[in-house]
Amino acid sequence: MIIGLDVGGTHTDVVLVDSQGLVRQVKVPTDIDNLFDSVLGGLDEVSKNIDVSRVSRVVLSTTLTTNAIASGHLDPVGMIVSSGPGLNPEIFRTGKHYYCVQGSIDHRGREVQPIEPTEIEAIASHLRADGIEAVGVVGKFSVRNPCHENKIVKILGKSFNYILAGHRVSGNLNFPRRIATVYLNAAVYSIYKNFFDAVSNALRAKGFVAPILILKADGGTVSLDASLQYPGQTILSGPAASIMGAVPYASENGESIVMDIGGTTTDIAVLVKQVPLLEPLGIEIGQYKTLIRALKTISIPLGGDSVIKVKDGVLDIGPERVGPAMAFGGSEPTPTDALVFLKKMESGNFQKAKMAMEKVGGLLGCSPADAAERIFSEFCHRLTVVAKDMVTSINQKPVYTVHEFLESYQVSPTELLVLGGPASCFASKLSEVSSLPVRVVPNARVANALGAALARTTCEITLFVDTERRVASAPEESFYKPVDDRFSVKDARELAFSLLRTKALQSGAKMEDIDMEVTEELQFNMVRGFYTTGRNIRVKVQVKPGLISEYKQITSTEA
Amino acid sequence: MIKAANKTGLVFFPAFDWAISPTHPEREERLLYTQDQVFEEGLLDVDGIVEFKPDMINRDDIRRVHFCVPDEWAVTTESHLLSAGGAKAVGSAVLEKKVQKGFALVRPPGHHAMRVVHGARGFCNINIEAIMIEYLRDAYGVDRVAIVDTDCHHGDGTQDIYWNDPDTLFLSLHQDGRTLYPGSGFPHELGGPTAFGTTINVPLPPQTSEEGFLYVLENVIIPVLEDFKPELVINSAGQDNHYTDPITNMRFSAQGYAKLTEKLSPDIAVLEGGYSIEGALPYVNVGIILALAGMDYSTVREPDYDFEKLRQSSAITDHIRKVCDRVMDYWQEAPSLREQMLDSGGITERERTIYYDTDNILENQKEKIVVCRDCPGVWSVESWTDRGKRIYAVHIPRKACEKCVDIGMEWYEKTPFRHFDIIFLQDRKNKVFKSRRPS
Ligand SMILES: [Zn+2]
Ligand SMILES: [Zn+2]
Repeated sequence: MIIGLDVGGTHTDVVLVDSQGLVRQVKVPTDIDNLFDSVLGGLDEVSKNIDVSRVSRVVLSTTLTTNAIASGHLDPVGMIVSSGPGLNPEIFRTGKHYYCVQGSIDHRGREVQPIEPTEIEAIASHLRADGIEAVGVVGKFSVRNPCHENKIVKILGKSFNYILAGHRVSGNLNFPRRIATVYLNAAVYSIYKNFFDAVSNALRAKGFVAPILILKADGGTVSLDASLQYPGQTILSGPAASIMGAVPYASENGESIVMDIGGTTTDIAVLVKQVPLLEPLGIEIGQYKTLIRALKTISIPLGGDSVIKVKDGVLDIGPERVGPAMAFGGSEPTPTDALVFLKKMESGNFQKAKMAMEKVGGLLGCSPADAAERIFSEFCHRLTVVAKDMVTSINQKPVYTVHEFLESYQVSPTELLVLGGPASCFASKLSEVSSLPVRVVPNARVANALGAALARTTCEITLFVDTERRVASAPEESFYKPVDDRFSVKDARELAFSLLRTKALQSGAKMEDIDMEVTEELQFNMVRGFYTTGRNIRVKVQVKPGLISEYKQITSTEA
Repeated sequence: MIKAANKTGLVFFPAFDWAISPTHPEREERLLYTQDQVFEEGLLDVDGIVEFKPDMINRDDIRRVHFCVPDEWAVTTESHLLSAGGAKAVGSAVLEKKVQKGFALVRPPGHHAMRVVHGARGFCNINIEAIMIEYLRDAYGVDRVAIVDTDCHHGDGTQDIYWNDPDTLFLSLHQDGRTLYPGSGFPHELGGPTAFGTTINVPLPPQTSEEGFLYVLENVIIPVLEDFKPELVINSAGQDNHYTDPITNMRFSAQGYAKLTEKLSPDIAVLEGGYSIEGALPYVNVGIILALAGMDYSTVREPDYDFEKLRQSSAITDHIRKVCDRVMDYWQEAPSLREQMLDSGGITERERTIYYDTDNILENQKEKIVVCRDCPGVWSVESWTDRGKRIYAVHIPRKACEKCVDIGMEWYEKTPFRHFDIIFLQDRKNKVFKSRRPS
């Protein structure tokens, strides 16, 4: 048996699945100020009267880190940043305890200027004096050579609770994002650790023996233990849960748009042959642009409970939500009221919904029925426009080789999958507006929790080879290997795959779920004077986001 | 978060799978480290810096500018079409006001490609700036354009294309032609009779440093642009004046390029040469992008940058001052000289030999132009190469008068095939581009 739990803004959804399919589904209200009770309450409810020792896997997706960032409840972090030539690193200041230090590395990973140990020692004592417990160390081009970051970490010693070096968070080049990513990981570390230590202890006390996995923003899972080092990976895992919930129902050979229509927002994503597209670099949250791997999603403030307004005779929906729909006891008209009034939604108080539509109709100068139809249609139009713009922008992605330009893969979705509370009510209209067949994901109301339950472990490796400097490196993994000039791109690919396999297993994957692919592969001859002096090879591989192999059987009984 | 003062559009097309030959300076690796630096600096995340995808240009985009022998596809590869397409995409974004500034960081380059193209010279096949400009003129009605070519090599291709166009100012500063390819670009090269003075050349001695370049900017480029009043300023932003460039002898720096870009403030910059792929390009390009975007570039410098060591001698400073004085004298005198030539009227001819170093072709040209009071004048060129190709080509300018259109059509239609393999017509006025070939 597997448990999947997804904490949302208003509800926490929990499912229990076994080899026969969905056994139980539970919805409990989320208490933003006490997520621990929401999580534990949901788990208690779903595991009532079952032998919890038979649960083989528990996957949790929470808004813990996302909320911490949104509300600014972050720990102070000491940041030590070395940059060298380029933009002034002061621009990327993360807070009070931000120190720019000497030392620089160039694009090939060569040392340009050494670090100054006494400078670091002085900063360390400042940080200690200020009571700082979490420290981030970031160097420009540290993913090409982390020696400065490593030296600084060593000098900092053991007197801090948490130290994270930039080269460990991603193999991608982007110094400002590296700073933001390290900062966020460090800033949520203690909150994250305290929370999950408590969850883990509580589950063990209840008799759970199953491994606990955490859902990441890239739609993959990671073992709780492995997640403690990089808690930032869990930021914005919410949309990922829902998208993963749609995966088993998506076309195996085509492309699909997924819409998770919630109360406050709608999340939109694109799947290619059941594999969700990823952000090229990482999530953006608030003012932070990061290197945290994430599914490419667009979140728009448009949901079933968005407030309807009429300004100068023009209908507008959202962006805010002030509570439930009038049909469900709220005070303002919403799209949900239109659904209830049009009898597309069975639940809800029809009289209240009618009042809501009369109010809107009055302002628009039309009948309640016309008002409801206009709201309904406007809602579907807006979602369709955003989805189509998203596809256009995916297809406008820059390319850097002639081959890519000529071959460049153009996404053209052939179906729309909808999930979330009111999803089924919008299906036929969305189909009409978008001219795409629309399918409602089975168990649309808890598909997010199912997605979490069934998501496989994902990870990525970036391998960088410079045969002139005679080194192959994957700094994220602290991996270095001397190579000679015969080292080929094929060798690099094999090496990257083997590193990826190891990483996936360490992060909690099962061998049969490690579905690997190359996402980038470039090779350059390096010519100095008129001679080839080496090869510069860059290979990026990933375990594709997807579902564990057991899912097929489970979900096929649902459809 | 950081914000660009000027919204700036970039097309980055490094053509990672295209080279002239494996060890040629114009090879796959050229923009690799630039990309690394631009990505690592996070420039594409800056609020106000936008990346666009290049378009591929079409046949008419080339025909507006060139006479390609035997045809457009024979002298280009997809990479050329994308490089020019990158410039076109950036230019369109600026004209459509999606961005205020644009930078096409593309390869291969184009400023040595002349009006007639038999092959590649100076690593260039088609002129990417000219293709962009002529497209912008047709698509957006742009008229007066200034091209400031800051590549270390004389932009002889661009000069040739605009030799007879009084609405396009071509201003090149470069290492003295007596010391560097292509060996041209002297102050007395001032343009054809109807466009006399709108070609300006400032040859600089080897070892010129930041001081010298900025002197030319202050004392020639800026005053000339103020007089000319272009609607659009294009910078052919070659980066081979850098002190580490392996094929030139100058002492310019990333700081210098950034200052030049800031003060020149071009609407659109297009990358040309620059072959110090590790020591210069990463830093120079970051400097140019920041300067275009109106951001602080003061901390952008090469790891081994030493301002004092790069200083030019006082002899060089003096020499440059004299060259600039002379150039400015020409600039002042040119309009009255042009008037005299227009008064004389008639037909003016010039004969030249052009060497295609990259493809090892020798071309001879005989050009004639109608010196017309009412328009820039119709002109034609006969061209024959040591490979045995002979063509005749007629150019009717954008603003041609009726008389010149008639003359051009007659030249095109009545010239017998006897001596020629192909007869081309480039009618910019009526946007007709065609050729006659013996059946
Ligand atoms: Zn050059
Ligand atoms: Zn005329």
